[in-house]
Amino acid sequence: MRALWKLTWLELKIFAREPLGLIGALIVPAVMVVVLGGALRGGGLRGVEPDAARLGAFVGVNLPVLGAMVAALNAVLALVTIVSIYREGGILKRLRATPVSAVTILSAHVIVRIVMTMATLAVMVMAGRRIVGMHLDARTLSFAVAAVISMVSILSIGFLIASVVPTARFAQPVGAVILYPMLAISGLFVPLTAYPGWLAVLARALPLTYSVSLLRGIWIGESWPAHIGDVAALAVFAVVFTAASARWFRWQ
Amino acid sequence: MQPVVHVSQIRKAYGSTVAVEDVSFDVEPGQIFGLIGPNGAGKTTTMECIEGLRKQDQGTISVLGLHPLRDVRALQLRIGVQLQEAQLQKRIKVWEALDFWASLYPRAVDPKSLLEQLGLADKRDAWFMTLSGGQKQRLFIALALINDPELVFLDELTTGLDPQARRTIWDLIRGIRDRGKTVFMTTHLMEEAERLCDRVAIIDHGRIIDVDTPTALIARHCPERSVLLTTADDGAETRFRAIRGARSVDRQGSHYRIEGSGDDFVGEVIRCVAGLSVHVTDFRTVMPTLEDVFLRVTGHSIRD
Repeated sequence: MRALWKLTWLELKIFAREPLGLIGALIVPAVMVVVLGGALRGGGLRGVEPDAARLGAFVGVNLPVLGAMVAALNAVLALVTIVSIYREGGILKRLRATPVSAVTILSAHVIVRIVMTMATLAVMVMAGRRIVGMHLDARTLSFAVAAVISMVSILSIGFLIASVVPTARFAQPVGAVILYPMLAISGLFVPLTAYPGWLAVLARALPLTYSVSLLRGIWIGESWPAHIGDVAALAVFAVVFTAASARWFRWQ
Repeated sequence: MQPVVHVSQIRKAYGSTVAVEDVSFDVEPGQIFGLIGPNGAGKTTTMECIEGLRKQDQGTISVLGLHPLRDVRALQLRIGVQLQEAQLQKRIKVWEALDFWASLYPRAVDPKSLLEQLGLADKRDAWFMTLSGGQKQRLFIALALINDPELVFLDELTTGLDPQARRTIWDLIRGIRDRGKTVFMTTHLMEEAERLCDRVAIIDHGRIIDVDTPTALIARHCPERSVLLTTADDGAETRFRAIRGARSVDRQGSHYRIEGSGDDFVGEVIRCVAGLSVHVTDFRTVMPTLEDVFLRVTGHSIRD
């Protein structure tokens, strides 16, 4: 446990030392919220007359969910990339000769990603307070908890990809190819009920679907008990993927 | 005394490529043991099997009385490892690396004194990426020593370092041995092995050619000695030819090269020179090196 906290703290410090990483994690998302949100709110996008009600629904419900999901996917890609860089650089190989376990190393990176993603979301919420009407109330905190649960589950996919993808060059594309289609059929853009049968079955076999359901439900004010099934499904995915990556983790 | 490392007839193949074959040797406690040979000879494979990082296909290995794979947890606490071409996070600070490594072990030495021993005290706040090659290697030695191990593995530690940095590292390795630890190292630098190692195993194409002290290996495989001397005595040549053990005398003006073999050959030359009437203005003995031994036993140069 001591090693996990040391490594987590260490990796956070190391991340903060990379100027580009910090700008990408904190400043760019904030600017995007302000610019995009401002454009949408002002009816901005020049020449387009927005359907105020639909736009309001999208900004009000789907935008926070989409934001959380994209942040989670970016965290997965970052995790996959950093683990493969560590593998190629021989950092993992060096650690293998010590008593530290693969799960400790991956967990430290997952915690770092969660902390950074939460920081990103917090910055986005602060920047978007006026635009999207976000407030730091009980619902927002509940949403944050739901986002963490989703992230742990989604990051466990990253665990598995990071464990088996051989080089950093492959990591990003492999991650993107696996993750973005999952997001596309997660029910975020088109409701699950509108899918043909086989696609609905596939969607139900993927963790992102449950994340979207959970996040959206909590955001629109539904109760936690109503979403206990989503939480359970996400927990199962996390356990299965983590076990699989511990089994197939490649040190070099 | 029981050997620290016992390797018996191990074999390891990657697909159809046999990396090591029928490799056996023992490492005695308190010594610097060198596994020497060219790149690709099987040094790293052998070492990583001993460290428990790889599994050999055949043969047995015992390290500190433990099985490297079955007892890997117990072993990791008692050995220190430096790997070839390992890196750390670019922006990790020197003290942070030591602090983290120390947290991995139930018992660790004081990082501060370790930094001082290795001459890194003034670099404690430097990022890994800003260190020179020699400083990085000294940090890796420090990490290998953090758990106060009984046995330290050093793989191609001085490759790519300049001669000055290399000498500093050599002194550090002797220091490790002098504190009672056993050092297992690999190198393709014969000079390094000869100066540093108490015993060496020569490996080539995955097979052990011979194991002994550098001195004994030289005596066994390259017993010839040469004496280079300069004298203006014209009558010297016939006298030199009469020296017991002398095989050839080569003369270039007043410069002579006398080649012979045997332990007493150089003594015979000295006694002969003492009997000359004219001053000898230069006298040097040329001893074969491990490099010559390697060439002799493998039939090719180590750089091929």
